[in-house]
Amino acid sequence: MFIGAIGCEPLQLRRIHLENSRSIDVYRQNGGYEAVRQVLSSKSPDDVINEVKKSALRGRGGAGFPTGMKWSFVPKDSPKPKYVVCNADESEPGTFKDRYLMERDPHLLIEGILIAAYALGARINYIYTRGEYKYLIDIMDQALDEARVAGYLGERILGSDFSCEIYTHSGAGAYICGEETALLSSLEGMRGHPRMKPPFPAVSGLYACPTVVNNVETLTAVPDIMKMGGEAYQKLGTEKSGGTKLWSVSGHVNRPGVYELPMGYDDMEKFIFEDCGGIPNGKKLKAVIPGGSSVYIMRADQISGRDVRMDYEGLVAAGSMVGSGGFIVMDETVDVFESTKNLTEFYKHESCGWCTPCREGTDWLVKVFNRISSGGGRPDDAQLMLDLCDNIEGKSFCPLGDAAAWPIQSAIKRFPEDFKKHLATNGQ
Amino acid sequence: MSAQLTNIQPRSQPVDIGEEVATFSPEVEAEIDRHIAKYPVRRSAILPLMFIVQRERGYLDAPGVAYLARRLSLRITDIWEVATFYSMLHTKPVGKYHIQICKTLSCKIMGEGKITEHVCNRLGIKPGETTPDGRFTVSLVECLGSCGTGPMFQINFDYHENLTTAKVDSILDFLS
Repeated sequence: MFIGAIGCEPLQLRRIHLENSRSIDVYRQNGGYEAVRQVLSSKSPDDVINEVKKSALRGRGGAGFPTGMKWSFVPKDSPKPKYVVCNADESEPGTFKDRYLMERDPHLLIEGILIAAYALGARINYIYTRGEYKYLIDIMDQALDEARVAGYLGERILGSDFSCEIYTHSGAGAYICGEETALLSSLEGMRGHPRMKPPFPAVSGLYACPTVVNNVETLTAVPDIMKMGGEAYQKLGTEKSGGTKLWSVSGHVNRPGVYELPMGYDDMEKFIFEDCGGIPNGKKLKAVIPGGSSVYIMRADQISGRDVRMDYEGLVAAGSMVGSGGFIVMDETVDVFESTKNLTEFYKHESCGWCTPCREGTDWLVKVFNRISSGGGRPDDAQLMLDLCDNIEGKSFCPLGDAAAWPIQSAIKRFPEDFKKHLATNGQ
Repeated sequence: MSAQLTNIQPRSQPVDIGEEVATFSPEVEAEIDRHIAKYPVRRSAILPLMFIVQRERGYLDAPGVAYLARRLSLRITDIWEVATFYSMLHTKPVGKYHIQICKTLSCKIMGEGKITEHVCNRLGIKPGETTPDGRFTVSLVECLGSCGTGPMFQINFDYHENLTTAKVDSILDFLS
């Protein structure tokens, strides 16, 4: 599997191919922990937040919310403890970038969390990792021990007034816990149910204290932002989408992998056919889900010859979203009815059951898919599914409902022939 | 949580809880203490502790659940409501080797079906079942974050990626 940068110097993936890249020595020999040293000796928390704002870094977990702004929502005068929680619950189908960041460069994440904790005044911080990534929790624990011994964690770090501790925490198999409020419920020892917003976690998060939840890839961008300055980081990307982005490429390509691209990389077609090596076995491209399973599926003709720019604005203009960067490529052998059914089963399984539209809606959708598959399709089933989606989208408690509806809505709209085929062959 | 609350006896339970409470070695108790010490609120340690109980006892059995309730000062139902939410927590016995085959889109289009068929044929069981000798359980699970290296499965906590039927054979031969 390919791991590396295309179209820019590797930034987040800079150390990933070094021997023993996960050891603290290799990390320090290659510029590691310099950012936190510099921050603790010469920057105020506000300076850090301003620098992150200037960087135009946007949350890499999927929502794309500006990170600096999220940090600035944490009330400075609150007497309560504050928390930084790293969201390493990477579960969006098609996404596997955080895994390699943690596996190969765990100290980069630790340094990112340290800087965030300093900026927000957090003393205790957690890395919430999905339970299946047990081996990564072991790697992180080992790295945390190394950092503790080297004086980067604990009391009065590097001789400053700043004291900080980071702990790993294991999830136990629930996609919903990637949603930040559900993650916090889970971290408090409850079922992973999302919570009403507002209040936002920045005001009332973990243990009802001000909390920032950031994705692994977001936090691992922070040390470089400190070192090169927010403006220089932003200039690697576009005005509104600063820096670089990791894309997890899977499915029918010759070279799947984790690709670091500058935000605003200019052509998705070139990315698929040149950088990722094209489609195997001489097959034709049929569809791409560019940002994890939750985003709109794209037809090949929405990509070919269209100069689709790979950043938040470019993908919206092209009819989809960056999401988590889980880039799933499908060739002409894929039946989009089947692929959409597969994803709908996923959302049904992962719906937490808290709100009715999502719990019942995803279940009904799977029932309709199953009925069609077993030969009982009706001519108006596509419309029935769209009506069901309409009763989920925007009406569920958290974005999981929207995430379940969007793949179906876009698939029916963009691949009507694949749906019609199933309804027609059923002789209705 | 107050002692009063922990004394409330639930009316019904999914299993017979009985009176027995699990016990663990001093090493395991120390490991549990280390987890509890990470959090300002004890209940937060519930998932890490459940994994430990599961590792030591095979699954969350009644004495294990009673132990967790006692250790975390929670009610039996508090433990149970969390245990039944998460897919990695088992409230029934599973095989010694739990083969969890990823069935989500990227693995699906890369040939998950063949792998599942092969595993099931070899072991003579269907997804969701355990071999009569209790060695293997096969489950179809949702995305394990291994999409670029599919098809794949996880056996207990180990990832096995870029699977072919030959590779599956050598893994199962090794474990049989």
